[in-house]
Amino acid sequence: MSKFKSKKDNELPAVNTASLPDIVFMLLFFFMVVTVMREDTLLIQNRLPLADQVEKLEKKYPISYIYAGKPSKGYEKYGTEARLQLNDKFADISEIQAFINSERLAIRNELVDYLTVSLKVDRDANMGIVGDIKQELRKANALKINYSVATGSALEN
Amino acid sequence: MAKRSAPEVNAGSMADIAFLLLIFFLVTTTIPKDSGISRKLPPMEPENDEEVIIKQKNIFTVLINGKDQLLVEDELMELKDLRAAAIEFLDNGGDGSCNYCNGAKNPKSSDNPDKAIISLKNERETSYSTYISVQNELVAAYNDLRNKRALLVGPQKSFGEMDFVMMEKNYKDINFNGDKDKLKEVIDQIRTEYPEKLSEVQ
Repeated sequence: MSKFKSKKDNELPAVNTASLPDIVFMLLFFFMVVTVMREDTLLIQNRLPLADQVEKLEKKYPISYIYAGKPSKGYEKYGTEARLQLNDKFADISEIQAFINSERLAIRNELVDYLTVSLKVDRDANMGIVGDIKQELRKANALKINYSVATGSALEN
Repeated sequence: MAKRSAPEVNAGSMADIAFLLLIFFLVTTTIPKDSGISRKLPPMEPENDEEVIIKQKNIFTVLINGKDQLLVEDELMELKDLRAAAIEFLDNGGDGSCNYCNGAKNPKSSDNPDKAIISLKNERETSYSTYISVQNELVAAYNDLRNKRALLVGPQKSFGEMDFVMMEKNYKDINFNGDKDKLKEVIDQIRTEYPEKLSEVQ
């Protein structure tokens, strides 16, 4: 008798996956928009110290990055002392002035005065290298600096 | 010739392609967190610079040695006490010319927040993390004083419930719907009342 439905019709219908691409695309676009590609490949260890009185670095003004820290795994031949990294390679303290000048050439003229140097220095580095960097920056007349830190309590450093 | 309709493209693999791209961007994403302590370096001084004489009592010396110990005004100090000591020094108002200070008015300590200078000295062996901690505590001392002042001055200029850090943040915020010129005035006033005078010995 056809009055009784066959058992087969009673099964749950399969979930419609037609909107799956839409969802994935939405996520994709989100990540595409927020992605900032790493500017430099780090050759050094870079665990930033903690501090809580931080200011946000304004992205609308040009920023140059100077990294310093112990050479990371695979670069042990450069020693275990903290080293300086400019762009993608190890550098000497004396190269900072040339680096700043080349950074200045790369930006628009009216923004040159606003150039901020962000110092990303490893927490285990000592002040010797930082003092040398600061001295060179003074010579290059790049006086706006920013010590890059991670947010946290400074007492736990 | 009969018109043949184009066959429908199978979109079944669209999700796979999108997933592939998604995973690529997931992996390469670094959410930028560029924040830090901003400082201004002193310019290179000209050769024939005159020596400025500053009274010893107006200088607050902080020395970090190679073993990361703190020597504040010739006494050993723990990092956690530094902020309070700096606030006490800055807010002292020894010569009575400062009518907004809440300090002890100790004649042996600083005269006026405008004259008080914090001098920071470190050795080459000092670790960077300690240096940043000290910098952070000293900035915090200034911020604490300015915040306190902002909560007093703010309500008179219709900026109640806003401390100094908040004021600066609002000033930079384009979505802030208040009187920005007036806010700038308040910020500048507090800045001149508690100027940040932090000198680093090279």
